[in-house]
Amino acid sequence: MAVANASPVWRSVKASYALVERNVNLSKRYWGWEIAFLVYTIAQSMAIVYIAYATPMKPSAVAHMVLYLAVGTLTWSYMASLFQAIAESVQWERWEGTIEYTMMSPISRLTYLLGSSLFGVVYGLARSAVVLLALVATFHLSPNPAGLWPTLLIIAVGSLSFIGIGIMAATLPLLFTEKGAQMTYVIEALLLLISGVYYPVSVLPGLVQAVSHLSPATYILNGIRTCLLGTPTQSAVVGALIPLIIIGVVTIPLGILLWAQAETFAKRTGRLKRTG
Amino acid sequence: MNGVVELNLDRETRRRIKDTDAALVVNHINKSFGGKSLLTPWKKDAKRVKAVDDVTIGVRRGEIYGLLGANGSGKSTLIRLIATLLLPDDGSVTVFGHDVVREAPAVQRMLNRVSVEASLFKKLSPMENLIYAARLYSVPVGRAKQDIVRIMEALGVDRDRVHKPVDTMSRGMQQKVAIARALLTSPVLMLLDEPTTGLDPRSKKDVEQFIRDLRDEHDATILLTSHDMHEAEVLCDRLAIIEKGRIVVEGTPQQLKDEYAERHGLAEATLEDVFMEYTGHGLEDEDEEGATA
Repeated sequence: MAVANASPVWRSVKASYALVERNVNLSKRYWGWEIAFLVYTIAQSMAIVYIAYATPMKPSAVAHMVLYLAVGTLTWSYMASLFQAIAESVQWERWEGTIEYTMMSPISRLTYLLGSSLFGVVYGLARSAVVLLALVATFHLSPNPAGLWPTLLIIAVGSLSFIGIGIMAATLPLLFTEKGAQMTYVIEALLLLISGVYYPVSVLPGLVQAVSHLSPATYILNGIRTCLLGTPTQSAVVGALIPLIIIGVVTIPLGILLWAQAETFAKRTGRLKRTG
Repeated sequence: MNGVVELNLDRETRRRIKDTDAALVVNHINKSFGGKSLLTPWKKDAKRVKAVDDVTIGVRRGEIYGLLGANGSGKSTLIRLIATLLLPDDGSVTVFGHDVVREAPAVQRMLNRVSVEASLFKKLSPMENLIYAARLYSVPVGRAKQDIVRIMEALGVDRDRVHKPVDTMSRGMQQKVAIARALLTSPVLMLLDEPTTGLDPRSKKDVEQFIRDLRDEHDATILLTSHDMHEAEVLCDRLAIIEKGRIVVEGTPQQLKDEYAERHGLAEATLEDVFMEYTGHGLEDEDEEGATA
């Protein structure tokens, strides 16, 4: 009888756990893929950090660059995992053939997106923790310990803005049944290009620099680097958090709105059917 | 009707289910696919295909109503329209008085569907698949775990298979898991979209028995699509033949056969005779939504 008395909000939260649990179970069952993908990410991250040693610089500058690149690759590992977990949620269900059953269940789309996003955060954090361990074991990283908590705060707030963009990207597989998932990779690659993940945004052409202000990753990376490579001042942290909050406040409702429109379009044109 | 419906449906919906005799009303519904799209404006020759053409049917509470038609005749599109997976171009569908477009969440709580494909997460076990469904339908997980074992055993699936991945099971077994998923949510309207297609004779018999039990023991109303004449004849109280999206004839199986025999001066007729007369062909394949891919 607990269900009968539960509020709709609590029911939604409980139902959203269905997606977290399901995706965790799927990750466990596809453990071979997960390990392969993890090895790929670790190898890629290490390859990027090794660039610091190949650059002719003073030893102190090399240590700085190692940390600079490690922050970039770790942050991007988390953000990309989060983004992909949300953006690929529809495509995954299409591939398994379950999308119609999820879409005809009595849960709100907010519940669906909340569940996908919660799993994205858990999944991204778990993967990034393993990548961090690999980097710490391989390289001498010496971040500013005082910057740890502000860094976690920036990641938490930054996650919200990435969730918003992930939800917007997740509409693509709804609209384009065959190539929608691949289109989300284009968005991810563009974010990687413009956000200064492995280089300062200042090296980019003027127009791209201007566009980089729209990417939450720009502020996340600037904020984290200031905290871990420099001095985590209050103004620096607040300077990173404010644009992230603004982007989150704009992109999450916009993503949900776009999702609702895309779902209506998909139901009008018969695009919820299984493909693949 | 056991637990879940009582737990999840609001008082007004429960009253309507109790008081109304009309479980499903499909009223002059139309659905087309293809043609020009905002997403593909360069496809100038895109053809628009009418999948459901002015269909009107009514299914009474507790009835097994069959929809007979060849592949591509519009059966699955009609099921998807009722299941809130498609939006009609015009016309309306109500399930126990609730409109499928305007009151979709209420409708979704009342129905479930079994389709020709089991549509399960193949690497997950039946238990994991069904717990996922239980959570989506707000069925308490503790009770669901007990129900899953009970339902699966009733459907002839051994207890020890419940925790093994679905992809290690035969197609017939997978279809039983899909049926268990639908049953777990105690739907008052069950949409069965060719549930026995491709099954071996034994599994087919099991599923047919399940359909009878569903109506008799669980007080469910059933809409069954099929292109198996024998199955439709033995299971359905009434049936309609659908051809190119239109309902061409409707009645009880006996009524349809008697009318055919009378028209042709025969002592008796089969449902296949009726089908051939109204459709003018056999059961060729054509996917009605193919144009949208």
